[in-house]
Amino acid sequence: MTKSHIKDEIEIELKNVNKWYDDFHVLRDINLQVRKGERIVICGPSGSGKSTMIRCLNRLEAHQEGDITIEGTPLTNDVRNIDAIRKDVGMVFQHFNLFPHLTVLDNCCLAPQWVKKQPRKEAEATAMKFLDRVKIPDQALKYPGQLSGGQQQRVAIARSLCMNPNIMLFDEPTSALDPEMIKEVLDVMVELADEGMTMLCVTHEMGFAKRVADRVIFMDAGEIIEENNPHDFFDNPQSERTQLFLSQILHN
Amino acid sequence: MLEPIHSPPFTKHPVKWAQINLFSNWFNSLVTLLVLYALVTYVPGILDWIFFSADWSGQTKADCSGEGACWVFIDARMNQFLYGFYPDDEQWRVNLAFILLLALVIPLFIEKVPRKGWLIAFLLIGYPIIATWLFQGNIFGLSQVDTEQWGGLMLTLVIATVGIIASLPIGIILALGRRSEMPIIRWICVTFIEVMRGIPLITILFMASVMLPLFMPEGVSFDKLVRAMIGITLFQSAYMAEVIRGGLQAIPKGQYEAADALGLNYFQKMFLVILPQALKLVIPGIVNTFIALFKDTSLILIIGLFELSGIMKAALNDPEWLGFATEGYLFAALIYWMFCFSMSRYSQHIEQKLNTGHR
Ligand SMILES: Nc1ncnc2c1ncn2[C@@H]1O[C@H](COP(=O)(O)OP(=O)(O)OP(=O)(O)O)[C@@H](O)[C@H]1O
Ligand SMILES: [Mg+2]
Repeated sequence: MTKSHIKDEIEIELKNVNKWYDDFHVLRDINLQVRKGERIVICGPSGSGKSTMIRCLNRLEAHQEGDITIEGTPLTNDVRNIDAIRKDVGMVFQHFNLFPHLTVLDNCCLAPQWVKKQPRKEAEATAMKFLDRVKIPDQALKYPGQLSGGQQQRVAIARSLCMNPNIMLFDEPTSALDPEMIKEVLDVMVELADEGMTMLCVTHEMGFAKRVADRVIFMDAGEIIEENNPHDFFDNPQSERTQLFLSQILHN
Repeated sequence: MLEPIHSPPFTKHPVKWAQINLFSNWFNSLVTLLVLYALVTYVPGILDWIFFSADWSGQTKADCSGEGACWVFIDARMNQFLYGFYPDDEQWRVNLAFILLLALVIPLFIEKVPRKGWLIAFLLIGYPIIATWLFQGNIFGLSQVDTEQWGGLMLTLVIATVGIIASLPIGIILALGRRSEMPIIRWICVTFIEVMRGIPLITILFMASVMLPLFMPEGVSFDKLVRAMIGITLFQSAYMAEVIRGGLQAIPKGQYEAADALGLNYFQKMFLVILPQALKLVIPGIVNTFIALFKDTSLILIIGLFELSGIMKAALNDPEWLGFATEGYLFAALIYWMFCFSMSRYSQHIEQKLNTGHR
């Protein structure tokens, strides 16, 4: 399984990661290595811990046991490490989470200006470049509330890209969208994948998984049950739980 | 293009409008008639007293006929109502300070003026120094005017302005502190807020004027006015903090997460993302607190400072002018109302302007 876009360096490494919410064991002994340029799709039933796992990667949630290393930096309570990692890891949320009081352009410029201390001109130029990439440069001066869901999610992607991240995390980016808007967002993500971005994406869009994923990971009850290339994962699932899950989502 | 459909015209016709809104059923008609009867009975008398039969010019009580309001009283005492016991020859300093304030504030509301940041910085740092100098004097050739001599509307405005400008940032800090993840900070803020809210302002003012000096080392004395300002400001900051906390709680968790994920630090997250939204949500509550603060200034009477309503009360006890309480309080009420109503209207204007069409 050697594809040209996957480099040798390991960008993300999880070793025996465990996490609890009070007594509830939400992540159990997670082990995962992601190489530079690799595209990973994570799926699994609701409540299986998919969101929790990728939110641990930029410390929106803290894990309690095990080691998470991002681009060689260990994720600990050390704020400097967290800041360094967040600069390099972009995240796209299910509900977009754009800042409603700022225009699309200001949404995109905010972090580059304040976190990377870029001058406004430069930040604007970068923002326009990425808004162009997600095909909505003409909406730059509007407020998020004036855009459709699909447009908002594309802005959210552009906003993350403006920080020039090496890794992008997506948490069900299309599941809050109306069907006719899903494609416009997936198209942007496919393009991003083709450019060689390291991506971890929680999604149940199986077409997308088949098209771009190098590996599909199936989680259930806080564990990684199965991981495989998309071809074998869909055509020849090994575990019973995977088979059950696949039959359920294919029925819908 | 579709032609816009006009709203039904009959709603604008007065007779139809009255039929629909005032006489839609027997109960509605009864209420309308009763209100009309009350208006017809009382309003002419009131208007007559205030305007038509009132005495407007003169110097002494003798110039008032007694058939209507005696505005001569207000006119004769106007200087005191505005400046308290501030010496006549020095009142230009007060005027100058307020004109300067207006000259600095008005450009803030004009869209095109550039570099508002500098203007605001000057207003917050430079202006208070200049204003204090103008009001108090004692250096650079201005004679000293003790704060004991300040009074009337001028004193009301000084305290209210200081209170309003200071209570917002203090309230923000307290609100953030109360939601802080650091227990010590949280406890300090909670204690402060709950203590301040649990004590009447009068008690706080008494404590500030009577008890505070007892704890001060020998020889250190705080001006009475400064103590009153601190008391009122801290008291209203506690309320402000709770108003702002309400706004903070209304901001969805996703906003915090998006700011975190982008790498913004705590202060950037709060001041660039969360507070602009939270403050906008609670503008009515903030202005409510401002208005309360403005009216609370009248309580400093009890520690011997004579702002507008205090000086009014004193004037009403003047043997030469006994018996004009109605005129006096009506005038004071009108002044308070003008300022408070302006704040209220301005806040509505801001709300509309900030409405960017979301939520
Ligand atoms: N802050 C929290 N406190 C307590 N329990 C939580 C918290 N967040 C999530 N959980 C629980 O942890 C489990 C995993 O949640 P998570 O959001 O990671 O699931 P998920 O796989 O993303 O599900 P979905 O497909 O519904 O998004 C769920 O059972 C959830 O109820
Ligand atoms: Mg989830």
